[in-house]
Amino acid sequence: MNSLSKPRKWEPFFWPILASALLLVLWHYSVVWSGTRVFPSPREVVKGIGELARHHVLWRDIVDSLRRVAAGFGTAVILGVPLGLTLGWYPAANQVVNPVMQALRPISPIAWIPVAIIFFGVGDRAAMFLIFLGAFFPIVLACISGVSNVPSVFRRAGRNFGLTPPQLLAKVLLPAALPQILIGLRIALGIAWLVVVAAEMIAVDSGLGYLVIDSRNSGKRYDLVVAAILMIGVIGLALDLAFRRLEKLRSVRWGFRFES
Amino acid sequence: MSLTQPVPVPAAVTTKLSVEHVGMIFERDGKSTHVLNDINLEVDTGEFVCLLGPSGCGKTTLLNAMAGFLSPTSGEIKVNGEVVRKPDPRRIFVFQERGVFPWLTVEGNIGFGLSKLARAERDERIAHYVKMVGLEGFEKTYPQELSGGMKQRLEVARALAVNPDMLLLDEPFGALDSITRLIMRKELLRIWDAERKTIAFVTHDIDEAVQLADRVVVMSARPATIQQIVNIDIAHPRDISSPRYLELRDGIFRQIGLAHKV
Repeated sequence: MNSLSKPRKWEPFFWPILASALLLVLWHYSVVWSGTRVFPSPREVVKGIGELARHHVLWRDIVDSLRRVAAGFGTAVILGVPLGLTLGWYPAANQVVNPVMQALRPISPIAWIPVAIIFFGVGDRAAMFLIFLGAFFPIVLACISGVSNVPSVFRRAGRNFGLTPPQLLAKVLLPAALPQILIGLRIALGIAWLVVVAAEMIAVDSGLGYLVIDSRNSGKRYDLVVAAILMIGVIGLALDLAFRRLEKLRSVRWGFRFES
Repeated sequence: MSLTQPVPVPAAVTTKLSVEHVGMIFERDGKSTHVLNDINLEVDTGEFVCLLGPSGCGKTTLLNAMAGFLSPTSGEIKVNGEVVRKPDPRRIFVFQERGVFPWLTVEGNIGFGLSKLARAERDERIAHYVKMVGLEGFEKTYPQELSGGMKQRLEVARALAVNPDMLLLDEPFGALDSITRLIMRKELLRIWDAERKTIAFVTHDIDEAVQLADRVVVMSARPATIQQIVNIDIAHPRDISSPRYLELRDGIFRQIGLAHKV
């Protein structure tokens, strides 16, 4: 098959499914051949997922994790996008704020856990704060670079048609920067999901991260540990795929390359 | 170059644009570049003027100053007697095809400057200019699906839709292939004939200038001065193999210092 020939309809689904199936087979036989008593086989994990679902814990944990991501990520979007647009719009302000932001950005949100607990106590809000921290900086930086990369032709055209500065921001700079902002939001959402699981291992008593730790602590149930890990991966994938659909909206499509 | 016959002009000739002793010096990295030197020019209402000169001579800088994007270091530019201080929808700048907004459809682009109008009037205006530039059937299309020539026509339509008195075109057809370019020149003349806007058109293509303009303003290399202003006293449509056309064109070639043998 050369790269120009059009893939048949079943191919985009078939090959990834085959690869996943092969991986499961490899996993299964690794467990069998090594004779491990600790690490579960795929079949045990599936049984574990069933058990969790029957006891209604799985659903509640998923909802709790998603709720925390929604709150933390949502707050980061609401605060980060306007801040990023403003800083992109006023390079002078950006120069003032940039060193502080570059210093805070590489700190893992996990390092903030003790601080979060002091501020918010052990519980939901501490976890949400950590997610917020993780998502906030990538969003701000994507908005800054999005706005400052808008070609001057677009700005000049906007001014030529008599737009006031707020109109210019809303009708030219925001739509022109939107593809880049969406990429930043997608990366931030991935980080938010990464952080929620980590935060739940320490700061709360529900959610998928808590499920991982709890299953290990209460009786070394590694089938449930791996079941929770699998759910984390699948939901992360689903979030990313859902977000990618936004990139296909017609008003931002021009900013992305799609394999045609 | 002498005028053998008068160019047909509107009954009352009024000055639309006057450039008075304009000089421009750019300061960058401690180096100053002298771009424009004592430019004086008057353009009449409804006139089509081409600014012609070698690449990098400063003709685009002059056009930007006319639009109000740049202010001259010395001298003044006046439109209708008022000094130009900032961009204004009464004079619209047309960029090379990159100027259309990729996040808006053809309709959205043409309607961009019309948000103050009532819905019905706006739709009517959009439909009118879609038709004028021959983009019927592409109203809902995004620019990335249009050809270079169509994008350029879209940008001209977006400019005309706000009913400006002046169009400032910066090498608008420079990125098009030579056949599309010829078609676009014809289209522009047709539109100019219908709307009678005052047009300042920057180009480095001598043939383009002589085909389009009432007057060709020949500029020197940097710091740019006006070398000569050539009246093109040929009625439209112009026969580009007529002796007068060739005479005017060759005169400009000589003026710029190019032999017309390759």
